[in-house]
Amino acid sequence: MNSIMNRNKNTNINANTHMKNHVKTLIKYLSLFFGVFVVLFPPYVIIVNAFKSTTEFNTSSTMALPQSFFNMENFQVVIERGRLLSGFANILLIIIVVLCLNILFGTMVAYVLGRFKFRGKKLVFGAYIIATVIPSITTQVATFGIIKGLGLYNTLGAPIILYVGADVIQIILYLQFIRNIPIDLDECAMVEGASLFKIYRSVIFPLLTPATATLVILKTISIYNDMYIPYLYMPKQSLGVVTTVLMRFQGVNTADWNLICAAILLILLPTVILYLFLQRYIFEGVTSGAVK
Amino acid sequence: MFGHLSYNKQKLLIIVSFLVIPLSLLLLLTYYPATKLIYYSFTNWDGYSPDQPWVGLANYKEVFENPDIFRVFRHNFAYFVMGIVQNIVAIYFAIVLNSKLRGRNFFRTMLFLPYIMNGVAVAFMFGYVFDTTNGSLNLFLNSLGLSHLSQTSWLGTEGLVNYALASTGFWRFMGYNMVIYLASLQAIPRDIYEAAKIDGAGAFQTLGRITLPNIKPVIQLNLFLTVTGALEVFDLPFVLTKGGPAGASQTYVQRVIDTAFAYNNYGLASAMSIILLVFVIAILLIQQWVLSRGGKEA
Repeated sequence: MNSIMNRNKNTNINANTHMKNHVKTLIKYLSLFFGVFVVLFPPYVIIVNAFKSTTEFNTSSTMALPQSFFNMENFQVVIERGRLLSGFANILLIIIVVLCLNILFGTMVAYVLGRFKFRGKKLVFGAYIIATVIPSITTQVATFGIIKGLGLYNTLGAPIILYVGADVIQIILYLQFIRNIPIDLDECAMVEGASLFKIYRSVIFPLLTPATATLVILKTISIYNDMYIPYLYMPKQSLGVVTTVLMRFQGVNTADWNLICAAILLILLPTVILYLFLQRYIFEGVTSGAVK
Repeated sequence: MFGHLSYNKQKLLIIVSFLVIPLSLLLLLTYYPATKLIYYSFTNWDGYSPDQPWVGLANYKEVFENPDIFRVFRHNFAYFVMGIVQNIVAIYFAIVLNSKLRGRNFFRTMLFLPYIMNGVAVAFMFGYVFDTTNGSLNLFLNSLGLSHLSQTSWLGTEGLVNYALASTGFWRFMGYNMVIYLASLQAIPRDIYEAAKIDGAGAFQTLGRITLPNIKPVIQLNLFLTVTGALEVFDLPFVLTKGGPAGASQTYVQRVIDTAFAYNNYGLASAMSIILLVFVIAILLIQQWVLSRGGKEA
């Protein structure tokens, strides 16, 4: 009798924890789907309206699907009137030049600071560490005068020199990675008679590739998305990048939602596509840039 | 190349030639502007005339005595509040995604998606979410039967505009925080959890005694980024509301930029920048202090 009651109690408890687990799983999935809904809701509005003609936009609800997803008229208008292609060309050029210089200077500084002892090393090292603390947005008032003085105002040189010189994240990133490259490799190469420059070029530089990949990802995202520097330093029409082109286009066509939606969609598309293909590397890049 | 030189000579050559350009850029674009900024902050330079009249501490006095300037920080406060909520939500999703779950990759991909989107495009996108008459948020509220809420002017009401803007920041950066939390959760060894389970620890005990203490440094780092991020907000209100209505969403950095470039008051703008810089460094020092104290306890 007693044992039967005990067994009953046991199965009751089991059923209870079972129920609890089900509820827990349900809450998990509900919250996740709610999160996904919140993420996708704003882009959904952009997508559906980008394909509507002006009359269709005026007569249908903002949330309704367009009559056809093959209506490319808005995109044509945006590309022709909005100078979108030159925006893409300018930002691409800036990104490529900045990345090359960043990789070059970053690996060079990391090689010197990571491998040699010399007088003033601590000072150089400290200068880079302190620079990470100074937010460049606070010194912009003074930087503006320097860029003007260099004759770089309203040229592509302004964002290039600022992204290369005023951001020191690449130095920190490479310094972290170079510590994990065994110094034996340098010594082996020296025994074989390699010059220090050759060691940098053929040993260190290739072994820093994972850090370089991280750098490429982080910098591409931040430069493509930056508004502040191009807005402040390149007001000239022909020097628009994606962000400033979009701002100007919006300023002129405020009332034409369907056109602006098309412009937004065109600007979002490249990074979203890259993200979907390279997400594994992007996650690794973002976390190694922050956690370490 | 250089193979014929002794290693000592090579070393000197490499150190000098590898450092000269990067270091000059660092001095030119970080340290020179910083010292220039300090100098300007003691003048009332207008940004173009050759003379920069020395005014001593007058600019600093004005920043502290003009209530209009410091009041702007109240607008930044909304970003701080939303930033805290954002971190809590990010930790929640990170814990959920760290458990056994179908479609983990799908959910992680989706929740991180906003982070890689262009900031200006996102700002305009939310312009259409928050629009009073055609905005999708109000249409959505209406379809839920909340018609009294669906007339809200999210970006045109003084008390709401900063929270509406800050929630856009939340939308954009929650996934970023989540991915960082997730990475630090994955670094916690599994056997600690199994041991706790054997000892009969409940879900909340596990969270409070194992999970949170183990990711404490990352939480602190993220909180630091939240505070400094809230102090430095600029692009979102600048693009979406231009600081309106009637300056209700103007942030501190926006005020600095306006003071310098719209009102040509470089001296005052520099003093405001220096004060912001001091705040940021003070917060960093506090964080370092808290971190090192935490290290001693453990």
